[in-house]
Amino acid sequence: MKRLSRFRRHRAVAPLLLVLALLSIGTTFSVAGAATSTPITAAEKSALIDEGKQLFLKGCSSCHGLNAEGGGIAPSLIGVGAASVDFQVATGRMPMADMSTQAMRKKPVYNEKQVEALAAYVASLAPGPEVPGESQLNYERDGSAAQGGELFRTNCAMCHNFAGQGGALTQGKYAPTLMGVEARHIYEAMITGPQSMPVFSDKTITPAEKLSIIKWIKAAEAEPQLGGAALGRVGPVTEGLLVWTLGLGLLVGVAVWLAMKAR
Amino acid sequence: MTARERIAGSVANYVDERTGAAAWMKKNLNKVFPDHWSFLLGEIALYSFVILLLSGTFLTFWFDPSQREVIYDGGYQPLSGLKMSAAYASTLHISFEVRGGLLMRQIHHWAALIFMAAIVVHLMRVYFTGAFRKPREFNWIIGVGLLTLGIVEGFLGYSLPDDLLSGTGIRIAEAIIQALPLVGSYLAFFAFGGAFPGEAFIPRIYTVHVLLLPGAFLALITVHLMLVWYQKHTQYPGPGRTEKNVVGYPLLPVYMAKAGGFFFIVFGVTAFLGAVASINPIWLYGPYTPGQISAGSQPDWYMGWLDGLVRMSPPLETHAFGHTISWNILIPGLIVPGILFTGMALYPFIESWMTGDKREHHLLDRPRNAPNRTALGVMSLTFMLVALINGGNDIIATTFHLTINQIMWFSRIAIFVLPPLSFMITKRLCLSLQRADRDLVLHGRETGRLVMMPHGEFVEVHEPISPEKAWLLTQHEQNPALALDENDSRGVRRPGTLKNKLRARLSRAHAVAVPKVTAEDLKEIEHH
Repeated sequence: MKRLSRFRRHRAVAPLLLVLALLSIGTTFSVAGAATSTPITAAEKSALIDEGKQLFLKGCSSCHGLNAEGGGIAPSLIGVGAASVDFQVATGRMPMADMSTQAMRKKPVYNEKQVEALAAYVASLAPGPEVPGESQLNYERDGSAAQGGELFRTNCAMCHNFAGQGGALTQGKYAPTLMGVEARHIYEAMITGPQSMPVFSDKTITPAEKLSIIKWIKAAEAEPQLGGAALGRVGPVTEGLLVWTLGLGLLVGVAVWLAMKAR
Repeated sequence: MTARERIAGSVANYVDERTGAAAWMKKNLNKVFPDHWSFLLGEIALYSFVILLLSGTFLTFWFDPSQREVIYDGGYQPLSGLKMSAAYASTLHISFEVRGGLLMRQIHHWAALIFMAAIVVHLMRVYFTGAFRKPREFNWIIGVGLLTLGIVEGFLGYSLPDDLLSGTGIRIAEAIIQALPLVGSYLAFFAFGGAFPGEAFIPRIYTVHVLLLPGAFLALITVHLMLVWYQKHTQYPGPGRTEKNVVGYPLLPVYMAKAGGFFFIVFGVTAFLGAVASINPIWLYGPYTPGQISAGSQPDWYMGWLDGLVRMSPPLETHAFGHTISWNILIPGLIVPGILFTGMALYPFIESWMTGDKREHHLLDRPRNAPNRTALGVMSLTFMLVALINGGNDIIATTFHLTINQIMWFSRIAIFVLPPLSFMITKRLCLSLQRADRDLVLHGRETGRLVMMPHGEFVEVHEPISPEKAWLLTQHEQNPALALDENDSRGVRRPGTLKNKLRARLSRAHAVAVPKVTAEDLKEIEHH
């Protein structure tokens, strides 16, 4: 100790101590932080898978089969991945309310924990796209709205409309509106291609580009109604409707009033 | 005479001595305009045209009609750094940076929609009241010309900003040009100065949109109004109104005040729409690139029927001698509109040929008293409405949870079935209304008062209608159908028998009517 105490007043001590303190704090934080995001243990995982299997057997197996192998009315879920389950179940599309043309977004039947269990079970059957984590979805930081708009108009607008309001497909199918959809679900839709939607693999649209698309959608969603009432942002049909009802209605009404005889 | 009157008099005298305007003004300022709301419909169109000229001039100050590529560095962040045409960039500039620019753009676009809608309702008024009859056939044709030019002008206008939607519209216009057999490809190359989209089209249509067509409009509108002036206004039938007079207010001061005030109301309504309702939000569409398209791409409403016809046409194509004829575009895009608009322009002559009526008419028909004409009009409107509905089939499908295929098949069948059906129903309705008129004149108005007779019977009291009303219900002419004998007095077949047969058949259809009440009928009923 005596040898060390000789350097007590050395001018390099203060900076060294500072570096040391910063390093120790940083290490402590990184260890503590890593501890919270360490993968769940194998036992926890198998418990989650078991819970998911029970939920699956009760709620899904009548259509998708006891081993998720699919059936006459529902596709096999082997290899669809956790992302697909999270998209379909957490947006309420599955379980379907009726067997019509397309599963529609509604109030989810399962809570977040149950969705996670179902996703874990389906993911355990065969590898598939995983649910993107929070860190993968930081579109505000990693995306560019202008580039996203360009990509959106090239890849998405043909079905989802220029402003993401949705549009009609053939035989009663439709591309739903993208307004109010969580970033996670938009991302999952792109990597899993639910219903009539194609899969946009990471080779077609890179993860960074996907975040740009999400950023543009969120910007369109948050955009104030710049020119007045947006009229649904579906183009000239509603504009024509307004001109024939309110516009001509007002003007013809005034014409009638002008031509009335004074009493 | 006060000092003010003396000054006004000497100013007027000064002008009159140099222009000789006094006599002309005296004659024309006393011109009489009949008072009816439906005579103001054309004025809505006229005033919207003035608004279009004013707001359009404002927009030209900043609009750059060029397809030169620029990088956007304006205030709208979601497009920042993108490549686009100068036309699109300058429209964004007008929308976001020019003071009042977006409002003016929206006023201009709303005024265009109102302009076209007002032309259509004005046309409906003129048609259903028979105002197109001699001597107003030329004015009818000018009106049809204005309607047609309006469709073209509107289309060119919303094609100028070079956004994704307008580029899509131009692409479809190019397809329709190309569908013309033999010359189509050459015409398209000529119009676009090469392959689509090129760099020539927007500068070219800009010149047409701001110079050529407005000039044509000004000329045609001037002639249209001068003819109304010269031929005097038509009027609805009523006591004291004849084919030789016009009953109404003089131009000055009453009519001038009403018409002048109405201009400001039209301007007000247009500005109101421009201020509260978004129209053609080009910043959301993004710049045009041929590789992109939006779901639910529609034209403005006055082109919607055309789009609807193209959407419902089955995929018919013929390949012959190395040429492709696209019937699926040719028929709905060119042939059907051609027939419709030619038929509309010629209708005054067709009706006069059918009825053999070559006299002048200044008193309007009540639509029910011309059942055939009214039914034909409703039939045409039904056709247009079915086509228009199919033009918005994707929006309707998503809004009402229908399938686009159902709507398409409904339209394909309805376009053939509903127009004839509406013709029959309308004709029946007109005849029923005539019958109701006859009842009203003969038996009076049902008062709803029940009276018990001494012997216990209940009867409803009928009140005779006023002489004015009776006049209105009985003033119309009922002309017999043309009698075109197949043989002349010596029993020899006339030439052109087939044509005459058709004419006689049409004339009979046109003359169908419930006999109106005559003076004899009324005398007879008085004896009861």
